[in-house]
Formats: sequence, structure tokens, C-alpha cells
Amino acid sequence: MKFKVNNKEVFASTGGRPFDEKKPLIVFIHGSGLSHITWVLQTRYFAFHGYSVLAIDLPGHGYSEGPAIESIEEQGKWIADVIDSVNIKEASLVGHSQGCLIALECASQFPDKIKSIGLMGGAGAIPMNPELLDLAEKGDPKAVDLMMDWAHGPAGHFGGHPVPGLHHINLGGSIVINGSVKNALGVDFRACDNYKNGFEAAKKIKCPAINILGDRDRMCPIKEGKKLADNIENSEVEIIENCGHMILLEEAGKSLELLKKFIRKNHPAE
Amino acid sequence: MDPKTYKFDTLSLHAGYMPSKNAGSRQVPIYQTTSYMFDDVDHAAALFNLERGGHIYSRISNPTVQVLEERVAALEGGTAALATASGMSAIFLTIMTLCNAGDHVVVSSQLYGGTVNLFRLTLPKFGINATFVKPRDTEGFKNAIQENTKCIYGELVGNPGNELMNLPEISKMAHDAGIPVVIDSTYQTPYLFKPLENGADFVVHSLTKWMAGHGSSMAGILVEGGKFDFLKTDKFPTMTEPYEGYHGLSFAEEFGPVAFTMKARAEGMRDMGPCLSPQNAWNVLQGIETLSVRMEKHCSNALKMVEYLSNHESVAWVSHASLKDNPDYELAKKLLPKGTGSMIAFGIKGGKEAGAAFIDNVKLASHLANVGDTRTLVIHPASATHSQMDEATLKLANMSHDMIRLSVGIEDIEDIINDFEDGFRAAKKPKLVANK
Repeated sequence: MKFKVNNKEVFASTGGRPFDEKKPLIVFIHGSGLSHITWVLQTRYFAFHGYSVLAIDLPGHGYSEGPAIESIEEQGKWIADVIDSVNIKEASLVGHSQGCLIALECASQFPDKIKSIGLMGGAGAIPMNPELLDLAEKGDPKAVDLMMDWAHGPAGHFGGHPVPGLHHINLGGSIVINGSVKNALGVDFRACDNYKNGFEAAKKIKCPAINILGDRDRMCPIKEGKKLADNIENSEVEIIENCGHMILLEEAGKSLELLKKFIRKNHPAE
Repeated sequence: MDPKTYKFDTLSLHAGYMPSKNAGSRQVPIYQTTSYMFDDVDHAAALFNLERGGHIYSRISNPTVQVLEERVAALEGGTAALATASGMSAIFLTIMTLCNAGDHVVVSSQLYGGTVNLFRLTLPKFGINATFVKPRDTEGFKNAIQENTKCIYGELVGNPGNELMNLPEISKMAHDAGIPVVIDSTYQTPYLFKPLENGADFVVHSLTKWMAGHGSSMAGILVEGGKFDFLKTDKFPTMTEPYEGYHGLSFAEEFGPVAFTMKARAEGMRDMGPCLSPQNAWNVLQGIETLSVRMEKHCSNALKMVEYLSNHESVAWVSHASLKDNPDYELAKKLLPKGTGSMIAFGIKGGKEAGAAFIDNVKLASHLANVGDTRTLVIHPASATHSQMDEATLKLANMSHDMIRLSVGIEDIEDIINDFEDGFRAAKKPKLVANK
């Protein structure tokens, strides 16, 4: 659905069900340069099982009006504005990669709004490879190829998508390349690289959190994910074997099962 | 710093399959099953509602077929693929997913005869009509686009006349008009040409041909490029608006770069059911493993045959884009740098009768209705593959009665040439009339 946040048009997938402000809300936040499409194997389930879902396109991504927001702190505040704009008092957040940093910021800045946070491939900081950052900021499509290479584990490189017929790396690359490499991916990478407040934000979070990690993740390795979890008071860690950074797609079924259990416990639907 | 994603030959052997998820089996297992166990009622409901991925019933998807789909998607650079029982069913499924009754398609006039008949005779029964345009008439494609046109369809190198479409230019025109381009790339395979990197939005193949190579199994596939944005136009309401069949799902909103494949599978395979058998999928996978080496030999043999035929006294003309005097020579150099393919059309002096004598007297070359076999194949299209087309349609396709279609195999070139010499010798002899 399309709606306005701070007078700019925002697109969010509602998981195939009409948005219902009476149901508990889960906001899904995508990773760098990506869009709501990455969450399709989680959002539809929750939308059809008692929740309202907003898989948002961050500003300047997918079908949301730009420009992209340049800092993680501001992106965190923007998520709170999204929740306000749909007249809901509190929500759970589910983030992937950069979306995890945004969820951390939002939950630390607005503790009363956030019921629980689910992280996939979450770390307290995501320093960027300088060459990759430079390529993305120049709008070079090679940045997308490198990102897809590093982001995917064995299943991404060989195959075996949970949805028959889909190709991991080409699909992921297509989402990024259909947007703007320079104005979305480049801005996102710079925002991640600049962000230094992850562990401080984590220490302020009081709501329950789960960090779902892939043991073959080269972008947010397990030790970084565990370090983040150690800084969140009420946090748990789950590790999925033979999985890279694109946990939400590479192991869509396993990650959904973990998320279902976590959300149902901490933010139950009636 | 370069990405370390796997390259073409490696993908031909490995893409789509992980032994670790299949009991360590190095070869792809054949999942000879109709249906798949659900974990519980919730799992079943989620699968049926496209809330999660997985297999339900082999008409919709099958694990062996899935390996083939991912492998071809990987080779074509596509976001997704959907395998079908044959190339024709891939074409039909593509058009039926894109179009509704009352819609229109702009189609190259030089296509496989079965495809011509699909657009000329069968699709009109569903209210979908076509305008045919000669492949070299680039502006003609633009001029034929109507308000209700939903795609441009063609073969890069037309069957059987070997005339090229200027795909990059035609794609620009289509995209300016808000419609996608569908290319049948059977003749090229992704080894020679990747339509999705040259403007096409969807690719279809008869995998029966060069992709498999062995001539043992029927199979087809549809590949999605992931770049055509259905939400940027109001021309495709069945892609963008809530679909009753899945509780109000908008395929374009939910699935973006794979929306078309998801709809073709969820609706098309559900309702029309042209599914590929796992055995045939496995057979095709065996062929794809050697695609590169076979295509190199096909192309090198074809170049030698072009030279031989061009200098032969019994040959009136040769059509192959590798020839410098061919109108498509420059375009082919640009689009097909690895080779212009192994299909050759030539005219035999003496017309239809000489052609028949030639075909009846070659022994190594097989006379049959197929192309892209590892073995050399010949046919007289006007009396076989394209025989159901009327004179006007044959003329539009630039087909003459002296035309012989040659699919060059990977045998020793000397043996193919010796065989052709026997055929030409027989074709030159006066026809004996029985003494009554």
C-alpha cells in the first residue's frame, strides 16, 4: 500500500492482506539497496496469521519516494514516523543487515513504541570494504555483483531456492539494480560505514530481541552477531548452518519458524 | 577486486544443485513422485497460499525439474525460470500469462512453423490476435504496436530463413511503449547469446534442441529477466491488481522481479498443467553439462559447411549471418561474437524436385522434424515443418520452395561433406520414369 510519511509517499507490502490497524503490527526493514521483495517469504505468513504487516521500502528504494536517508540514526527515527503514520502505538521490528542497525536505533530511541525486535544477520557495526563502498557511490554495477557474491552462502552460489525456479543471486542483484546503485546502495553503504552507535544503542534496548545468524555469513560473521546480542539485555541468538547473509531467502523456512516462535511469544496476536 | 561467482561452464555443471541437500548424491536425483508430504496443516495451508516456498504437486513443481530451472536461469542471467513439457507449451504459457482476450501481440514473421500457427490460428480462438512483421523491418515492429498490444515476440535468428531481428533496437521501442519483449532463443542457447542482456524481458527455449543436444527428450522453459516493471504501466491488471485465485494477491507487488514466473506457475501450471517430467528434466540436464563444448563444435562445423555450400555448383544461395554479403553480417558480428549458430538455410538448384532428391539420398544427415541434435539434420520446410502455412504466410516468412534447412551436427566435417556430395549428385540426375 502507499501512504504518506513526513509528506512523502511510501510504499509497503502488507503481505497480501488489507492493512488492519486493530491487529498487532510488524514492520519489516530491508537491507542495503534492497526492497520489500526480500521479505515475501516471511510477510505473507504473518499477514495471514493475525498480524498487520508493513514490509516498507525505505525512502529512495523500491516504490518509495526519495531521496534515501543518509544516516542510520535518521532512518531509525523514520521507522518511528512510519508507525505513527498508520496510527499504531507499538510494533515489532524485523530487520535484515542494515535493517538491523535501523531497528536497533529505532528501539533505542523509541523504547515505548517497540515491542520486540527480530534481527537477521545483525551486527553492531557494518564497516564497508572501501573499494566496494567506492564502487557503490559511483553507481558502478560491479558493486552489486560483489555484494551478491559476498552476501550469499553455498545455497546462493549453487542453488536450491526455497521457491522452485527462483535464482538467488540473480534475483537479489535484480532488486538492487532495478533501484539506484548510486542513490540507494551507495547512500546505504555510506550510512552503514558511518554508523558507530550500534553497541550503545543495543545497551539501551529493553524489549526482547532475537538475532538469527548464518554460519557462512561473510558480511556479518557469527562472532559479530553474538557480540551484538551480548550487548542487548534480553536477547537470544539462533544460528542456521550452511547459510550466508541472505538468511531470509537462503533459509526462508527455518528463519520463518524461528521468527514465528519469537514473535508469537513476545508480541502475540489474538 | 572481482566477484567470485561461478562462470558459465561451471554453472552448466553445478547450478541449481547441492549434493549436501540430497544425501550426498553427486548426480541430480530423479524425484519420480507426484506429491510431497506436508509437515502439518499449517504448513500445507502456507504452501497453498504462497506464504512459503516448497513443493506441493509435480504439476506445479518438482525437485529435479527445479534443478533444471535454476540451472537455465543461471545460464541466461534470469531471476527465475519455469520448465514446461515442450518449447511450444513454454510459448503458450508465456502468452497466456501476459495476455487476455482482446489483447494483441506483435510477432516476427520468421518463426518455427508451429509457433506461426499458434499465433495465426490458435491464439485468435482465445481472442488474442497477432500482427506479423518481417524480422529485418525494425521500424515495422514499432508501427505495429497498438493500444492493446502486450508484447513483441520473435526469434533472434528466424526459423528457417536465418534473418536477424535487431533485438536491442526493437526492445527500446517496446519499452518506450510500456510492453515487454519475449525472445525464443532456442537457436542460440545462452552460450551464444543472452537475450536478457540485450533488451529482452523474457526468454523461451525448446530445451529439446541444442540445450539437451541428444534428441532424446522433449522439454521447454520460460526465463524471466526481472527488469520489466509491471507496476509502471496499467497495461497488465492481472499482474498488478488483486488476484482472486490467491486471496487478493498482487503478483507484481509481492514478487517484483519474479512476479511473472510466480504467476505463470501458480496460475498457468495449476490451470493448464504443461508440466515437465522429472525424467526428461534429468535427461536435459545431462546435455546442458556439455553445452559449451558442443556449441563450439556445432559452430565451427557450421562455418565449414557455409564455405562448402557457398562454393558448390548445385547451390543457388546460402543464408547464414556469417557470410559477408549477408544483410545481417554486421548485426550478427555485434550480437553473436561467439558464433552465428549451426542453422543454415540454402537453396538447391533445380527447385523442389532437386530438394526432394537431395534429402532422399543423404545417408548420414537425418531427415526429420527437429533441429539442434548433435547429429546433422536436414528437412525441406515447405513440405514439412512449415507445410501448414499458406502461400502468403510462406512469402511473409521469406520461404521459397527450393529451401533446405540444415542443422549442422558435430560429426567429422569430412563425413558430412561426403554425404552432401552424394545428395547433390543424386539431385542433379534426371528423374527416371518407369517404363510401363
